[in-house]
Amino acid sequence: MLCVLYTIYSCNHFSAEQSTTEEIPDTISYNFNIRPILSDKCFKCHGPDASKRQAGLRLDIPESAYSALKDNPAAHALVPGDLDKSELFQRISTSDSSTLMPPPNSNLKRLNQYELALIKKWIKQGAKYEKHWAFVPPKYTPVPEVKDKTWPKNPIDNFILARLEKYNIKPNAEADKERLLKRISFDLTGLPPDLATMDKFLADNSPDAYEKMVDELMAKPQYGEKMALHWMDIARYADSHGYQDDNYRTQWPWRDWVIHAYNENLSYKSFITWQLAGDLMPNHTKEQLLATGFNRNHKITEEGGVIDEEYRVSYVTDRTNTFGKAMIGVSLECAHCHDHKYDPFSQKEYYQVFAFFNNVKEVGIETTVGGPETYAKKPLMQISNDDVKSVLKFVNKKDTGKLIVSIMGDSLNYHKTYILKRGSYDAPGDEVSAGTPKAILPFNDSYPKNRLGLAKWLFDKDNPLTARVYVNQIWQEFFGRGIVKTLGDFGMQGDLPSNPQLLDWLALDFRDHGWNIKRLVKQMVMSATYRQSAVISPEKLKEDPENIMLARGPRGRLPAEFVRDEVLASSGLLTKTIGGPSVNPYQPPGLWENTTSGRGQLASYKQVHGPDLYRRGMYTLIKRTVPPVEMAIFDASNRDQCEVQRLRTNTPLQALLMMNDPTVLEAARVLAAKLLQEKSTANDKIYKAFRLIICRKPTAKEMGILTAYYTEQLQSANKQSADKLLSVGEYPIPPQLDKLDLVTMMKVVDTIYNLEEAITKT
Amino acid sequence: MEKDILEHRLGINRRRFLSKLSLGLGSVALGSLLVPDLFSGVKSDDADFIPGIPNFAPKAKRVIYLFQDGAPSQLESFDYKPKLREMMGQELPLSVRGNQILTGMTAKQASFPLVGSFYDFKQYGQSGAWVSDIFPHIGKIADDICIIRSIHTDAINHDPALTFFQTGAQQGNRPSMGSWVSYGLGSENKNLPAFTVLLSKGKGNGQGVYSKLWSNGFLDSIHQGVQFSSSEDPVLYLNDPNGMDRVERRKMLDKLAELNDISGKEFNDPEINAKIQQYEMAYRMQTAVPEITDISKEPDDIIKLYGPDCLTPGTYAANCLLARKLSENGVRFVQLYHQGWDQHGNLPIEMGGQAKDVDQASAALVTDLKQRGLLDETLVIWGGEFGRTNFSQGKLSKENYGRDHHPRCFSMWMAGGGIKPGIVYGESDELGYNIVSNPVHVHDFHATVLNQLGIDHTKLTYKSLGRRYRLTDVAGNVVRDIIS
Repeated sequence: MLCVLYTIYSCNHFSAEQSTTEEIPDTISYNFNIRPILSDKCFKCHGPDASKRQAGLRLDIPESAYSALKDNPAAHALVPGDLDKSELFQRISTSDSSTLMPPPNSNLKRLNQYELALIKKWIKQGAKYEKHWAFVPPKYTPVPEVKDKTWPKNPIDNFILARLEKYNIKPNAEADKERLLKRISFDLTGLPPDLATMDKFLADNSPDAYEKMVDELMAKPQYGEKMALHWMDIARYADSHGYQDDNYRTQWPWRDWVIHAYNENLSYKSFITWQLAGDLMPNHTKEQLLATGFNRNHKITEEGGVIDEEYRVSYVTDRTNTFGKAMIGVSLECAHCHDHKYDPFSQKEYYQVFAFFNNVKEVGIETTVGGPETYAKKPLMQISNDDVKSVLKFVNKKDTGKLIVSIMGDSLNYHKTYILKRGSYDAPGDEVSAGTPKAILPFNDSYPKNRLGLAKWLFDKDNPLTARVYVNQIWQEFFGRGIVKTLGDFGMQGDLPSNPQLLDWLALDFRDHGWNIKRLVKQMVMSATYRQSAVISPEKLKEDPENIMLARGPRGRLPAEFVRDEVLASSGLLTKTIGGPSVNPYQPPGLWENTTSGRGQLASYKQVHGPDLYRRGMYTLIKRTVPPVEMAIFDASNRDQCEVQRLRTNTPLQALLMMNDPTVLEAARVLAAKLLQEKSTANDKIYKAFRLIICRKPTAKEMGILTAYYTEQLQSANKQSADKLLSVGEYPIPPQLDKLDLVTMMKVVDTIYNLEEAITKT
Repeated sequence: MEKDILEHRLGINRRRFLSKLSLGLGSVALGSLLVPDLFSGVKSDDADFIPGIPNFAPKAKRVIYLFQDGAPSQLESFDYKPKLREMMGQELPLSVRGNQILTGMTAKQASFPLVGSFYDFKQYGQSGAWVSDIFPHIGKIADDICIIRSIHTDAINHDPALTFFQTGAQQGNRPSMGSWVSYGLGSENKNLPAFTVLLSKGKGNGQGVYSKLWSNGFLDSIHQGVQFSSSEDPVLYLNDPNGMDRVERRKMLDKLAELNDISGKEFNDPEINAKIQQYEMAYRMQTAVPEITDISKEPDDIIKLYGPDCLTPGTYAANCLLARKLSENGVRFVQLYHQGWDQHGNLPIEMGGQAKDVDQASAALVTDLKQRGLLDETLVIWGGEFGRTNFSQGKLSKENYGRDHHPRCFSMWMAGGGIKPGIVYGESDELGYNIVSNPVHVHDFHATVLNQLGIDHTKLTYKSLGRRYRLTDVAGNVVRDIIS
């Protein structure tokens, strides 16, 4: 519920909901105090978009804001230091609605007293502009000194603690070992710890016990799976083509490569360069070629009768937008139809980036729905059985059938790029050549004007965004909220960093240590900040409900896929196979059948059986037009477009799912059956189930409630309803077990699965 | 400076949090009181960018949208063109076609022979509206509905055209119309979601529907369309497993609440209390939903009105009846989809069957709402994603022809919710190809629907990635002429 409202609230900006009681800072900063107001209230008509600009006035650049007004050359929008002569101030503060800015019919609220006071003081102090913070390359600031020298474990903590000390806030104590283990286990592998790991960690009192556990988890192949999930959202990975009939595609070897790349700890630089331009690298390997599947994960139409060029352009557009959002964290897409309204990107610059992705040997529609030959679209690569035995060992190919994957490959004939008026495929304007937005970093002429050059530009030492954007994405994975909250928007309309010095320090440290992802991850989880307990004192809840200050540890519901993994792993059902074709586990009947046109491999849902029923959530087949419902209910991406940030909601449909999904009920039955076969008391069994699912020992009070429930249920159990309840799921029931015992234990286990803490990172 | 930024930011969050407490979410922190209304939309005092929704007194409180998926031909339904019969087999004049782009299915056709309706038309009611013989029941309610014969769209293929009608944009992840309404107005019933979806299929050529059509896009997922059916499991995962009765479920939930409360006290995380409440809400839905979706208690005259199909779960008729029940119980937006209207060929055979599946129940819904006094406050919409060409796709014979997609001009109808009854609005040329008067674009249609709900379409906005989005993008005019 709360996060539901957070989402609504978080759409508001700095300029929203100010009160007059707010303290006005001594020195006004354009970037932090003024630009958010101007961007939100003024730039739409007085900003970068030349076509919508009113009265020829731009307020986003000082030259225009200071110069004589076109309509009234005697006046100036801003006169540094002179409030009375600054027409801007007169217009935003007037009580005359005919001259008020923003105009009442713009649907923008007028500036409140606080905002007016800020602008007033800024003008008095000289109305100084600053370049947008995110477009200025990061700078190292010295690691701050702190009073409590014992708390910090690494520099992250100095940045966090220095600020807490300024406000006399004490960080939380370290979380207890059990909860800490659950936290790192899910954050590093997406799975709960097993009992042996829990016991080992609890018994290990050595000072480096935690670090050893971190290393152990990061060395597991499941680390790659965990990290890959986030990248699959960004890369809009799916198992279907995405439009209309929405037939099957075999893009999964690319997903297997992502898991492999994370496990091999490929540097971020190589990770991105291969995906962007593996096909253009000299003497590229088959693996580098496969990596380029990234840019072919977008939706591809198979709807007969479409106009080819319209769709070809839409694929190039998707790549361009994905590049902007995922790699440089800016909403380039807003300049698709017109100049960007807030950020200094012209429509021309949009099509210059577009040009990098516009030379692929592809068509808008290659085939309509068909057989295996349509499961990838040209350009494509074939993965042979020999490849799988040699250069592509990580591809989990199970049969000897032909396997094709869509990849990148440029045409030898250079495809000209034009500015598309209003973004329309059939309205070409001026021709443009490949380039990058100047406001971020002009394209270096020594780089090749292709995707390989674009990758070099990304990793240019002066690129202000690449490192910041990635460390911020990873930060969110571990701390639940980005340092810049809007992961995909570092532009003018995005949130400001909550700790700019820390963001820059992390970005530069990451870059200067070879873009080493495992090192970055370890740095975060080793910090004292991360290890804090998640207990929220009433004061902290009141002062900092979103945990921006990080005076407590992260706590939050697991991502959809890990909810499933938690249930399967703790019950012992999980099939740990890595990679391979995606699978169809249980799904309520009719979801595909009721929506399909009837064409294609995915017209009806063919559920798998046996071990494939119990694969990790990330291997559930994603049919884009009807994505897996148990994932959608828990806010998984529908993989329609690049998604850098999932919502996290708390809804009654989630409660219904946990109560009635056969996956959960079956896991409860299977775990109950397993426990019943052990020689132990009912109490021992409940105790163990609790540990397996919640990953800590229950308190006496909790045990009291559960055992009372058990006793009560055992008395009222009857054969008829037991048979019905036990019939859920396909996993066999050991024959020798007493049905009444089993169903009673199943209910207790099921109740534990439904605890809030079961599916929460603690 | 940094201190100021932080103060500033924390201040905002504090205030937001506190204002939430005053909105009834106090129960989250207090751990008792009534469960807040989960499915409520944005209340005016939270909505920084939605000043005072509704913006004016609404005519309609609820919408039922009978989407005819695949695009039914206007020329065999509501746009009577005798001239086409006269000119049967003659070439479509280039002057009429103009610069219209054709789909890949007919672009390479050597000729474009005009074809008139296989079915006859009659005039109905006082309005004298022409309706084809395959829709006799809809004909009979001609005086209750407003037929628009001048709808036009930007898209020419199913996927983008459907997406455009449902979300106001052809591509991508925008919220569905029902999600916007849920966001703006919330639900009238705290046990039911504001936006529900019902699916059915005819025997005609189908093009599929996609759950992205009822997606919440960038809005919160409580605004997502929830699929309902009149079958035994009316909402996904609603039913308790076999072998567990309500008493047991209640006991389990009581234990669960006790256990969750322990960690709630330890962590003081509001999410934990919210979780307890979600389980309570789920429990209430388990009771409320089957009562609403149960049609076994409907009297005979109602069953007769909708036709015998309404007793078969998953049929269009059953869904129309269910739509009435959901709407009557306060669901803001009930979205039906009925597949099978894509008659590229075989039209004379397929379209009659399609019409038979929907004609009686569509009319029954309007009649039923009217006799309950609900039609005034319920807006009913009937239509597809585009129209069909006036020339034949493929070979034309006396008994057989097909029609390709046509975005320039087609028909739909609306009833109730403050729409003028018994009128026909807009006109196409005598060949049914171009609009000659009162064009209504998809954005205009959206603006009008929102207007009837008391919402100014330019004010229902949501800011995502720095931009304020709305259902009507940057366009749309309310069609005042059809509003009473």
